[in-house]
Amino acid sequence: METKKIELTCIGCPIGCPLTVTMENGAVASVTGNTCPRGDAYARKEVTAPTRIVTSTVRVSGGTLAMVSCKTRSDIPKGQIFDVVRALKDVEVSAPVAIGQVLAENAAGTGVDIIATKNVPVHA
Amino acid sequence: MNNVDLVIIGGGPAGLAAAVSARKAGVENLLILERDSELGGILNQCIHNGFGLHTFKEELTGPEYAARFIAQAQELHIPYKLNTMVLDLAADKTVTAMNKEDGLFQLHPKAVILAMGCRERPRGALNIPGYRPAGIYTAGTAQRLVNMEGYLPGRKVVILGSGDIGLIMARRMTLEGAQVQVVAELMPYSGGLKRNIVQCLDDFGIPLKLSHTVVDIQGKERVEGITLARVENGKPVPGTEEHYDCDTLLLSCGLLPENELSRAAGVALSPITSGPLVNESLETSIPGVFAAGNVLHVHDLVDYVSEEAGAAGAQAAAYLQNGEQDAPAIPVKCENGVRYTVPATVRPACAGDTITVRFRVGGVFKNKKIAVYLGDTCIFSRKRPVLAPGEMETVRLKGADLRAHPDASCLTVTLEEA
Repeated sequence: METKKIELTCIGCPIGCPLTVTMENGAVASVTGNTCPRGDAYARKEVTAPTRIVTSTVRVSGGTLAMVSCKTRSDIPKGQIFDVVRALKDVEVSAPVAIGQVLAENAAGTGVDIIATKNVPVHA
Repeated sequence: MNNVDLVIIGGGPAGLAAAVSARKAGVENLLILERDSELGGILNQCIHNGFGLHTFKEELTGPEYAARFIAQAQELHIPYKLNTMVLDLAADKTVTAMNKEDGLFQLHPKAVILAMGCRERPRGALNIPGYRPAGIYTAGTAQRLVNMEGYLPGRKVVILGSGDIGLIMARRMTLEGAQVQVVAELMPYSGGLKRNIVQCLDDFGIPLKLSHTVVDIQGKERVEGITLARVENGKPVPGTEEHYDCDTLLLSCGLLPENELSRAAGVALSPITSGPLVNESLETSIPGVFAAGNVLHVHDLVDYVSEEAGAAGAQAAAYLQNGEQDAPAIPVKCENGVRYTVPATVRPACAGDTITVRFRVGGVFKNKKIAVYLGDTCIFSRKRPVLAPGEMETVRLKGADLRAHPDASCLTVTLEEA
């Protein structure tokens, strides 16, 4: 049986409990160090399937700004953050851009679209 | 424009929420003055998510949060002027401003809401030795360059200060291809949120060095490197110096409320927050001049800025309808680690149903309770497992409790053993 310990800091509240997750054969055996159930839930998700919303920018042409801010419509696996950011490197959209508009579909094969988070009107 | 009753200086989150609230409370003639080319203030460059959990029960990015309030302001037909710089606020509330279309103009409103926000502490205020080469930016300046203008200010980066903007920029610069080598923090604890330390530093393997500061900047034309040293009792420890090659130093060393206009008007300012001293109605020492948001005291969460500014808008509307309320005020005293409170004075007769008291502590405290005394009578207490300077605390007091002891000469906010 293979046992592994992973150290984490809980992000549930300002206390920031130091969490220790004990893994046995790839499954969570125990979580210690937490002072409330949120720490336990956070630790279990973080060691098995951590996800993040990724926010970035893409170039916009003909707009009042050079860049339009964007985000993944939902969270993506943490390990694919850089793939998603790299996929946005050469994306350029034309103004006007509206909040919620899809700027890139299925970013880096995650199945998640990139949507605009800012309205960028056409430059007068 | 000549019969404006209420002028709101600043069109960021505080100004927008104040304007929306004042309009809903019946103020017909109001005007927002904004110096940038769009409404929304600093939210426009804060493209990360995490805004609005309290206000909208969802996680929005900064521009999305701003857009919600801009839409409300537009639905209510609230007038605003962009690219407009307020040059002076006089004690009689005369506002002198200028822009390209109107030139120099003056307004004579009956009430003013200060919503100018804050700015970052610059290098000049940090006493870092060394030349003044290119490549030293405040974290917020770098944020604007990357997120709005499309420039990466450097490739090899060291960040001094672990405030939230510094942490957010550590991740942002990394995602844009820069190598962020270290974040150094003078204090033995970070000034940023735990969530940001985990998701902006730990996720990318960026080390955080507590009790460290920059003692030298190398390079004459462009930053070539910096030297970090460990700090004990506020002084660098000889022999602990470490050199880092870098082309960029970002500074995230605190925010200062921007009160040049307030000061010129003669508004009394707090030496601790650098913001106006206000009463329970968020009114400054000049009747009819209100303040809210980061110009009043620096907040952690924009949701609380919006809430506070909404209250200021409603209070400004009440002032326009009823005039100045003449009622005795008592001071709010801070004890046992409480650094300041907003408000700084309270008029029990004007407290309505509830008042909100926000404050910060001066260090990290564990297993305490927040207690509020009116004279010698405890009117509020709540256990707090941990309090830290980076987390603003909020307590709500009942107006009836504040009016129950008319002889009390002060309100005291303190920390006690739990």
